[in-house]
Amino acid sequence: MGPNLWMNVDEVAAVILFGIGFTTLLLHKNMIKKIIGLNIMDTAVYLFLAAMGYVDNRLAPIVEHGITDADLYINPIPSGLVLTGIVVSVSVTALMLALTIRLYRKYRSLDLDEILIRMQKEEQR
Amino acid sequence: MSLVQNFPCFSIVICMAAGIFSTPLKGKQAKRMTLAVVTMVAMMSVLTLLYVMDAGGSFVYTMGRFPAPWGNEIRAGILETLLATIFSLVMLFSLLGGMDQVFRDIDETKVNLYFILVDLLLSSLLAIIYTNDLFTGYVFVEINTIAACGMIMIRRSGRSLIAATRYMVMSLIGSGLFLIGLAMLYDISGHLLMENVHEAVTHLVQTGEYGIPLLVIISFITVGLAIKSGLYPFHSWMPDAYGYSTISSSSILSALVSKSYIILLIKIFYRVIGFDNIVISKIVNVLFVFGLVGMVMGSVSAIMAKDIYKMIAYSSIAQIGYIYMGIGLATEEGMIAAVFHVLTHAITKSLLFLSAKGLTVASGRKRSFSALQGAAFRNPLAGAAFLVGSLSMVGTPMLAGFISKLLFAMAALGATSEKVLITLIVLAVSTILNAVYFLHTVVRIYTPVNVPEEYKYMRVHASPGTAAALFWLIFLNFFMGMMSQPITDLIRFGIEMFA
Repeated sequence: MGPNLWMNVDEVAAVILFGIGFTTLLLHKNMIKKIIGLNIMDTAVYLFLAAMGYVDNRLAPIVEHGITDADLYINPIPSGLVLTGIVVSVSVTALMLALTIRLYRKYRSLDLDEILIRMQKEEQR
Repeated sequence: MSLVQNFPCFSIVICMAAGIFSTPLKGKQAKRMTLAVVTMVAMMSVLTLLYVMDAGGSFVYTMGRFPAPWGNEIRAGILETLLATIFSLVMLFSLLGGMDQVFRDIDETKVNLYFILVDLLLSSLLAIIYTNDLFTGYVFVEINTIAACGMIMIRRSGRSLIAATRYMVMSLIGSGLFLIGLAMLYDISGHLLMENVHEAVTHLVQTGEYGIPLLVIISFITVGLAIKSGLYPFHSWMPDAYGYSTISSSSILSALVSKSYIILLIKIFYRVIGFDNIVISKIVNVLFVFGLVGMVMGSVSAIMAKDIYKMIAYSSIAQIGYIYMGIGLATEEGMIAAVFHVLTHAITKSLLFLSAKGLTVASGRKRSFSALQGAAFRNPLAGAAFLVGSLSMVGTPMLAGFISKLLFAMAALGATSEKVLITLIVLAVSTILNAVYFLHTVVRIYTPVNVPEEYKYMRVHASPGTAAALFWLIFLNFFMGMMSQPITDLIRFGIEMFA
C-alpha cells in the first residue's frame, strides 16, 4: 500500500484535492468560496488526467526527426481532454460568477444562508 | 449512405446554428426560428426512427474522417430516435404552451437570449441521446446544465436566482463526480468510444484486474448522474427551480433535462460497463432503495405543498424515484418500464405544468390552492388538461401513467425475490399518495365555492398555441395509454440493440 501510494503520488494528490474542492463546493456557504471549490475540484481532475497521460522518460507527442514509433511519446489524448475540460470549467465558472454578481446586487450578501433569510423577509413584506 | 443517416448530426447542428443566428434577432423572430427548428428536428427524428425501424438495426455516423477507435461517433438506434422524437415534440409543445408567459416574464430585450438557451438545450439533449463517445457526453452534459441554469435565472426574480444557484451547485457536484469517473474509466480502459470501452471493461472483468477501481468508477458515474437528475436525497433544488422559473422552462426542465441524464446513465450501463457487470456491482440496489424512498417522500412533500407548482415539482421527485426503482430492479423488464416512464413523465409533467399555468392565470395569477377554487370553470381547457394529466399520473386505465404502473408492477414480479414484495407495497402506497394530492387538487379546481369576487366571473380563453399544445399533449397521453404495446416493443427492441 505505502510504496504504491508513493509511486502514484500525483494521482493521490489529485484525489485529495478533488475531495477538498468537492466538500468546499458542497458545504461552504459563501458563493466565492464555492466557486473556488469548484475550480479546485475541476483542476484536480485535470491533474489526474495529465498525471495518468504522462509516461516517464518519454517525449512530448510531437513527431521530430521523422520518428513515428509511438512508444517514444507520451499519450496526447489526456492533454486534449484537459484542454476541453478547461474550456468547460471556465464557462461554468463564468456563469457561477455572473449568478453571484446578480445575487449580490439584489441581496447585498455573498452568504447563501443570509441571502435566503433576506429573501424570506422580502417575501413577507 | 442514405440521406436519413445524416439527420441525427444535422439536427444537432441546426439547433446550435439557430442559437448562434438568434443573437442579433428580435425576440419575435428568434421565437419563429426556434419553433421552426424544433419542428424540423421533430420531423427529422421521426424520419430517422422510421428509417431505423425499416433497416432493423442501428447505424453509426462517423463525425470527421477518422474511423472507430480514434474518431468521434454518433449512434442512432431505435431507442435513441424514439427519445429524440418524443423529446423534441415535448419541447415544441412546452414552448407553444408557455409562449405568452415567456414574453411576459422576461425582459423584452432578453427574449432572444431565452431562445438561444432553448436552442442550445435542445442540441445538447440530442447530443446526449445520440453520442457514442463518453467525453462528448460529458461536454454536452455541461452545456445542458449551463443552458438549463440560464433558463431558470432569466426570469429576474430573487427566488429564481437562488433557485438557479442551488441548481447549479448540485449539478456541478454531479458533473464533477461524473468527470472524475470518466477520467478513471479512460485510464483503465484507454478508450472513449462506448464500444471500445465496453470491450476493455469486459476484458478487465474476465481477468479480474482493476476490480476496485471499476467499482469506484461505476459508483462515481452513477451517483454523479443521479445527483444531476434529482434522485431523492439530492432533490432540494427541484421545487424552487421548477416552481419559480417561467412556465416553459419548468416544463422543459422537469420533462426533459432531468430525463436526459437518466438516459445517459442507462446508455452507460448497457453500452459501456455492460448491464451484467452493473448488476454484479450491486449499484442498482442503491438506486433501487433511494428510488423507493423518493417515491414515498416526494409524494409526502407534494401533499404538504402549499402551491400548485410546488406540488407538481415535488411529484416530479416521486416520478424520478419510480424511474430509478425500475432501473434498480435489475431486469430487462424493469428497464423497459423505466424508459416507458421516462416518456410518460415527459408528456404528462409538461401537460400538468402548462395546465397549472392556465389555472393560475384564471385565478388572478395566485398560485396557492385556496385561490384555485373552481378555476377549471374559469379556464375549461386548462381544467380538462389538468384532469387528464392528474389521472394519468395517478394511473387511470387508458392513459399513459397506467401502463407505466402496470409495467413496473409486472417487472417487480420478475425481479429477485427480496425485491418483489417491497416494490409492490411501495408502488401501492405511492399510488395512493399520488391520488391524494392530485385528486384533491382536481376536486378543488372543479368546486366553485368560496371564490373571491375579483375573478369570480373571469373567463380565460387559451391562445391557439396553448390550446394546440394542451390538445396534443392530451392526445399523446391517450395514445401512449392505448397503443402501449407497439411502444413497449420498440423500447424492448431498442434496449436489446444497446447491448
